[in-house]
Amino acid sequence: MTTKLLTALLLGASVLGYAGAAYADDVTLTIESWRNDDTQIWQEQIIPAFEKANPGIKVTFAAAAPTEYNAALNAKLAAGSAGDLITCRPFDASLDLYDKGYLSPLNDLKGMANFSEVAKVAWQTDDGKTTFCVPMASVIHGFIYNTEAFDQLGIKPPKTHDEFMAALKKIKDDGTFIPLAMGTKDQWEAATMGWENIGPNYWHGEEGRKALIAGTAKLSDPEFVEPFKILAGWAPYMGDGFQAQSYPDSQNLFTLGRAAIYPSGSWEISVFNKQAQFKMGAFPPPLPNEGDKCYLSDQPDHAIGMNAKTKHPEEAKKFLEWVASQQFAELYGNALPGFFPLTNEKVELKDPLAKEFLSWRQNCEPTLRATYQILSRGTPNLENEVWVESANVINGIDTPEAAGKKLQDGLDSWYKPAK
Amino acid sequence: MATEATMKKPPRRWHIGVFLLPAFLIYTAIMILPLAGTLQFSLFRNIDQHQTFVGLENFRTLFGDPRWADGFWNALYNNVIFFIINMLVQNPVGILLAALLSSSKLRFSAFYRTAIFVPTILSFVIVGFAWKLILSPLWGVAPDLLNMIGLKSLFSPWLGMEKSALVTISLISVWQFIGIPMMLIYAALLTIPDEVIEAAECDGITGMSQFWKIKLPLILPSIGIISILTFVGNFNAFDLIYTAQGALAGPNYSTDILGTFLYRAFFGFQLQIGDPNMGAAIATMMFLIILVGVGIYLFFVQTRLRRYQF
Amino acid sequence: MSRATSSLPRTVAAHAVLIAYTVIALFPVLVIVINSFKSRGAIFRTPLALPGPQTFDLIGYATVLSQGNFPLYFWNSLVVTVVSLFLVLLFGAMAAFALSEYRFRGNTLMGLYLALGIMIPIRLGTVAILQLMVASGLVNTLTALILVYTAQGLPLAIFILSEFMKLVSADLKDAGRIDGLSEYTIFFRLVLPLVRPSMATVAVFTMIPIWNDLWFPLILAPAENTKTVTLGAQLFLGQFVTNWNAVLAALSLAILPVLILYLIFSRQLIRGITSGAVK
Repeated sequence: MTTKLLTALLLGASVLGYAGAAYADDVTLTIESWRNDDTQIWQEQIIPAFEKANPGIKVTFAAAAPTEYNAALNAKLAAGSAGDLITCRPFDASLDLYDKGYLSPLNDLKGMANFSEVAKVAWQTDDGKTTFCVPMASVIHGFIYNTEAFDQLGIKPPKTHDEFMAALKKIKDDGTFIPLAMGTKDQWEAATMGWENIGPNYWHGEEGRKALIAGTAKLSDPEFVEPFKILAGWAPYMGDGFQAQSYPDSQNLFTLGRAAIYPSGSWEISVFNKQAQFKMGAFPPPLPNEGDKCYLSDQPDHAIGMNAKTKHPEEAKKFLEWVASQQFAELYGNALPGFFPLTNEKVELKDPLAKEFLSWRQNCEPTLRATYQILSRGTPNLENEVWVESANVINGIDTPEAAGKKLQDGLDSWYKPAK
Repeated sequence: MATEATMKKPPRRWHIGVFLLPAFLIYTAIMILPLAGTLQFSLFRNIDQHQTFVGLENFRTLFGDPRWADGFWNALYNNVIFFIINMLVQNPVGILLAALLSSSKLRFSAFYRTAIFVPTILSFVIVGFAWKLILSPLWGVAPDLLNMIGLKSLFSPWLGMEKSALVTISLISVWQFIGIPMMLIYAALLTIPDEVIEAAECDGITGMSQFWKIKLPLILPSIGIISILTFVGNFNAFDLIYTAQGALAGPNYSTDILGTFLYRAFFGFQLQIGDPNMGAAIATMMFLIILVGVGIYLFFVQTRLRRYQF
Repeated sequence: MSRATSSLPRTVAAHAVLIAYTVIALFPVLVIVINSFKSRGAIFRTPLALPGPQTFDLIGYATVLSQGNFPLYFWNSLVVTVVSLFLVLLFGAMAAFALSEYRFRGNTLMGLYLALGIMIPIRLGTVAILQLMVASGLVNTLTALILVYTAQGLPLAIFILSEFMKLVSADLKDAGRIDGLSEYTIFFRLVLPLVRPSMATVAVFTMIPIWNDLWFPLILAPAENTKTVTLGAQLFLGQFVTNWNAVLAALSLAILPVLILYLIFSRQLIRGITSGAVK
C-alpha cells in the first residue's frame, strides 16, 4: 500500500516537473560574476535590453562576493554546475580556466574585430593566438579630490610630485581636512591605489613593465623603488590610525567630506556620485618632474567568456556578440561610469568625472599594472607580496629598498625570463 | 556476570549496528570520502594538466623550500599563540561564568546566560564587521570610550599593527566563543545532584572550597571536552581572520594561521591560482597535528578521567 | 541563617562579575543595532549616542527590505537548519549511545573514525561533494544542504553526546533490561530523556554553523529560490559595503532570526535541565 502510494507520488512529481519544463521553451543563460555591486544595473538595464532584442533567451545574473568568486567558480566548473557565461578576471586567473578547458576559444566570434590587440591582451594565450573572453571594461588610476576643499584652501590640482607634496602639507597645516584618504589595513589600497597608481610615471609604463618580464629590469632598481619612497612619504598625511583603516573606511572618510584627496581609480565614480555631497574633481598621477612624459595605468578589468560545457552554445554566442557590440558598450559605460568600454567603436560617455579620467588617455601613454601579466604565476605570488610590502613600507616595517629587494628575490626564486 | 557471559554464546547484537549505521553512512559518504579524495591530492602534482603521482614530493617542498616552509612555520607559530590565548582566557573565564550562573540562588540567571551566549550565535561576518568598526580609529568608538575614562592615550590601531593584531584577533575569538565552554560547563554543573552539594554543605564545605573540592573534580570530563574542542577549533580556525584581516592575514602576515595559509594555497587568492596539491599537503599536515592532539586526548586523557554516574 | 548573611557580599560580587561580562558581550551588538537607526552623518559624528529626533533614520532598513526576497531566504534557512538539526541529533544520539553503552571490538577506533570529521574542514571536500550532488541531481535543492550539514554536524554531536551518555546510571539501564525492555526502548525511553540538557547544548552548537554558513549555500544552492538568509545578507553586504546605513540594518536583521531560534532552544534547554535534574 505504502509503496504504491510512494510510487504514485514520485510519478506525480515527475509529471509535474515535466509539465513545468514543457512550458519553458525559453533558453535561460546564467552569468557567473563577482560584480555583485552591479546586480541592480544588470537586472534593470542591461539584461532587459538584450532580452528585448533576442526573444526566447532569458538571462540571469548570478553574482558572488568578489572574495569568494574565484574559489566558488573553480569548484563549480570542476563539478560541472557552473553557469553558461563566465565573467573573466584579467590575465592568469582566466588563462588558467582556459588551459583547464573550462572556457571556449572565441576567435571565430565576429564581434572580436571590434577590439584592439591591447584590449584583448588580458584574455589571450601567451602567444596571443587565442582569445577566450570578450573584453568589457577597463579602469584608469588617478586621484579624486574634493573641489570644495581645494577651493577653500586655494589649491590647484597638482601636476608634479613637489606640487602634490606641497598641497598635502598645506591641507595638513590648515587642519580642516585629512589630506589623504588611505589606509593600510586591507593592504591592497597601498599596493593598487598607491604603488601601481603612481608607479608608471617612474618606470615609464610599458617600457618598465616589459623590462621586468624580460628580466632586464629588477624590482630593486631605482625606478621601482622610488614609488615606494614616495608612498612612505605619504604616511604623515594619512589619517590617525591609518594602520587599521580599511578600504570602506577610506571611501567613507572621503565621501563624508572629511578628507581632501583620495588616491584611487575610475571604478569609484558610480559609488561616489551617489554618496558625496560635494563636487568632485580628478587629476592624473603627479609627474616626477615638470615636463616629464606622463603614463597612465589603464587596466583591463573584466571580460566575459563562455563555459565550454554550456548546453546552449548558440545562445551564449549570441549574447557574447551582443556584448561585443557598440550598443552594449554605450549602455554599460554609461550605466557604470568609470568602467570604460574597451571597444574601438565610438562611445559617448555622459558622466563628467568619467570623462575627465578618459581625457587623460589623449596625453598620457597607457600601461597595465606591472604585476598582472606572467609575473604573478609562481610562489611567492608577486601581487600578494606587493600588497604586503606596500603596506609594510607605509607602516615603516620595511624600508623602500628592502621592499624592492624582497620582491625581486621572491621573483628570482621561480621566474626565469626567456632569454 | 562474567561467568554468565562465558557460559552462553553471546547473541549477535544487531542493535549496535542499527544505532551506528545511519550516522556512519551519511558521514562516510558526504564527509569522509570527499575529504579522503582531496587529501590524496597531496601525493600528486599537476604536470601538463595531468595529475601525476609524485609521492611525498609536495611535503618535501612544504618543509624544504623556504618559500613554503617560512609561511608554514609562521602560520603554525601564530596558530599556537592563538590557541594559547584562547585556552588561557576563554576557558577559565567560561568556567568562572558557568560556576557563577549555576548557583541555584542566583537571580536573573537566565538573562545573563542568554546575554553572554549572544556573541556565539553571531556569524563571522557580523563579528568581524562589528569589531572592525568598534576598533576603527576613524569611527572612534574605542577611542571615545577610552576618552571617557581618561585613557585615550592608550588607544592605538590594534588590528592594523604587527605587534598587536594577533593578540587582538585572539581576544575577539575569545569574546565570540566563550559561550561554548560556559554552556558545556553549566550543563555539567547542573547535573551534579543536590544531595552531593547538600552533603558537602553539612560537612561545612561551602563557597570557593566547595567549588574546588567537590564540583571541579566532578566536571573534569567536561573540562577535558572543552579543552579538546578549543584545540580542534583553533587549529581549524579560518573565518574570523578571513573576515577581519582578509585572506592575506595582515599586517605583514602577522595574523596568518594555518587555516588562512591553507585557504590561499588551496583556493588561491587574487592573482594567486589555487594549487589543490600543495593545499592538500598543508591540509594533511593540519589534520595530522589535530589528530595527534585528539589521539592523545582519546587514548591517554579520556580513558583516565574518572566519571561519576548519578 | 548565618550562611545567608555571609553569602551576601558573595552574591553582590557574582552579580558584579556577570553584569560586567554581559556588558562586554552585548556592547558590540548594541552599537550595531543603535546605529542602524541613525542617519549616515550621525553614525559617524556620534556613534555612541542613541538615535534622537534629529538623527533617527530608517533609510538603511528601507534599502535592505527593497532588495531580494528575504522572507523566502529566511524560510529556506529555517527548513535547512531545523531538518539538519533533527537528523544530527537523532543519528548522533544513536551512534553516541552505541559507542558509550556497548563494549565491542573496534569501539575506540570507531569513536576516532567518527571524530575525524571535526579535524578537517569539510570545505576541502567541496569539489567531490559538488560532483556527488551534480550526479544525483541535487544541485540547487535544499536537500543538498541538509545532507552536507547533517554529515558536518554528526562528528561533534557524537563526540559530545557520548561523553554525556557515559554519565547515565547503569543501574537504571540494567533495571530496564531485567524488565525485558529492548535496547531500542532503553535508548528512546530511558536514556534520551535523561540526556536532554546535553542534547539541547549540542543542538545550539550544531545550529550556529549551519545557520551562519556561507560557503555551501554559495556552491550547492545559489539559485534565487534556494538562497539562505546568510547568503542573501552577504551578497547584500558586498553590494553596499560603503553604505553603512544599509550594512548596519542588514546586520541587525541578520542577528534577529538566529537570536529567536536560540531563545527557543534555550527554553528547551532549561526545561530539559530542570526535568533531568529531578531524576
